[in-house]
Amino acid sequence: MANPNITELEKKALELRKLALKIIYQAGSGHPGGSFSATDLMTALYFGGIMNYDASNPKDPKRDRFLLSKGHASGIYYSVLAKAGYISESDLDSYRKINSERFLSGHGHPKTPGIEIASGSLGQGLSVAHGIALGTKLDGNDSKVYVILGDGELHEGQIWEAAMSADQFKTNNLIAIVDYNKVCQDNITKDLKDLEPLEDKWKAFNWDVHRIDGHNMEAIMNVLQLPLHPEKPRVIIADTIKGKGVSFMEGQTAWHGVAPSAEDYEKALKELV
Amino acid sequence: MKDAATRDAYGQALVELGADDPRIVVLDAGVSDSSRSKKFGDKYPDRFFNMGIAEADMVCTAAGLATTGKIPFATGFACFLLGRTMDQILVSVAYSNTNVKLVGTHTGLAVGEDGPSAQMIVDMAYMRAMPNMIVVQPADWEETVQATRALIDYEGPAYFRLGRPKVKGIFDSSYKFEIGKGRVVKKGSDLVIFATGIMVQESLVAMEKLAKENINVTLVNISTIKPIDREIITELATSHGAVITAEDHNYIGGLGDAVGEVLLDQQISVPFKRVAVNDQFAETGTGPELFEKYGLSANHIAQAVKNTLKLK
Repeated sequence: MANPNITELEKKALELRKLALKIIYQAGSGHPGGSFSATDLMTALYFGGIMNYDASNPKDPKRDRFLLSKGHASGIYYSVLAKAGYISESDLDSYRKINSERFLSGHGHPKTPGIEIASGSLGQGLSVAHGIALGTKLDGNDSKVYVILGDGELHEGQIWEAAMSADQFKTNNLIAIVDYNKVCQDNITKDLKDLEPLEDKWKAFNWDVHRIDGHNMEAIMNVLQLPLHPEKPRVIIADTIKGKGVSFMEGQTAWHGVAPSAEDYEKALKELV
Repeated sequence: MKDAATRDAYGQALVELGADDPRIVVLDAGVSDSSRSKKFGDKYPDRFFNMGIAEADMVCTAAGLATTGKIPFATGFACFLLGRTMDQILVSVAYSNTNVKLVGTHTGLAVGEDGPSAQMIVDMAYMRAMPNMIVVQPADWEETVQATRALIDYEGPAYFRLGRPKVKGIFDSSYKFEIGKGRVVKKGSDLVIFATGIMVQESLVAMEKLAKENINVTLVNISTIKPIDREIITELATSHGAVITAEDHNYIGGLGDAVGEVLLDQQISVPFKRVAVNDQFAETGTGPELFEKYGLSANHIAQAVKNTLKLK
């Protein structure tokens, strides 16, 4: 697969950040910090030719799957689904609003085209993704299943149950991406409950471990284009920055779950160019 | 008619139904010899996933499998299958509306000697409270086999409540199980008993005792606790004028409450008693000993019938 133009992908990521911020601002609530840390990863998956999908046939059994286990980053998720053609950009006006025709809830649900499973309770997505990967293997198709996990989410014990299971069943079509933005709702992750040594943890669970800069589009594309490991599930630990792209949001716990004021919104837009 | 535990009937039914239907996959949480799902695993190893002692992971893995068109039966001891996974069931199964069948074996005080941490008496309360979830508890071998088939045909989340001890065969092959339908097991006139699971067998024993005293009651098997059969409850509560419910479960949130809700909704005011666990943890002991001490035995059912008739 030839690398799509990296500059084009970076432009796309910028557009997506602006769109996500717009809908969070319009909704008056949401999670900008964790949306921005995951933006470059999701841009590469959906627009870098990595995932095989057809937005006009969202239930195609041969599709690759994507799960956003850290479901609170729905601002970026719906923005990506709109740009990919699953929903329209005008649907986004109903984000977090009652009677939303596409069910654009604060956390995703399969009533929205392109979404596989409900989220909102952290720790479940890796197991669900593993189940999907086992199911597609049973069907004899080579679908890949991508799941983005938050770093704070790794505090949930179920993640490590799933890590053990995917090793046991040698589920090599499962690719987990840790959006390692180092910040949780309450505190920086290290001070809340430190994840390090994180690569060693996944290696000890016998996964194929990679670590990249999660905002370097070239590095993201390179790791996502690697051939599957013959038997191990893969984890990509992506070092990211919470709120990436807006200087006053970057690395700030305070921007985990609040929408910008009109003034902050204008300020942020000036930086997203 | 076959005397056997409902878990045995389930294991056998899976093996038979699995032969023609590649959509059926079975998961277990490391207790497949006891839950009887091992029979399926031995026959169809590619479609059997033993997830180890990790119920939360199992439930969500089942949900993922369901999104690929499989019909997963996630099996385990009811205490841990449900007790450890309410959040996983709520989000990945009920709210996501995935076609997952949760199969909890070893329910109620009938489990016996393993003690209260292994005697699941709150599962129907848990599962009835969840939108999109149905709750099915078969009474014997024949009904378990038919209900397993019906759950495959039914698209949506379901909880299947099974038992550990051998129970008497009650139905023959002429019986027709249908989700949401209660069935009259025996006709009488003085009072109607709505019973579920092992308590159908216990009620039949009570009815023999009562018949000797010329008390003839009707017994209805309620194998779908949710959605409850409102018609049969309304009709027979009205025509009999006195009602008993019988379940191996806490009296809060199970069959008694489900029947009581129908009576309230329909403004039916008749004498009504619930034979169930009296909101307490039991202890160790054999199933029959626990049934006697904690108010679930045939003797207690017979006494409850007499007490209720006095109020008529």
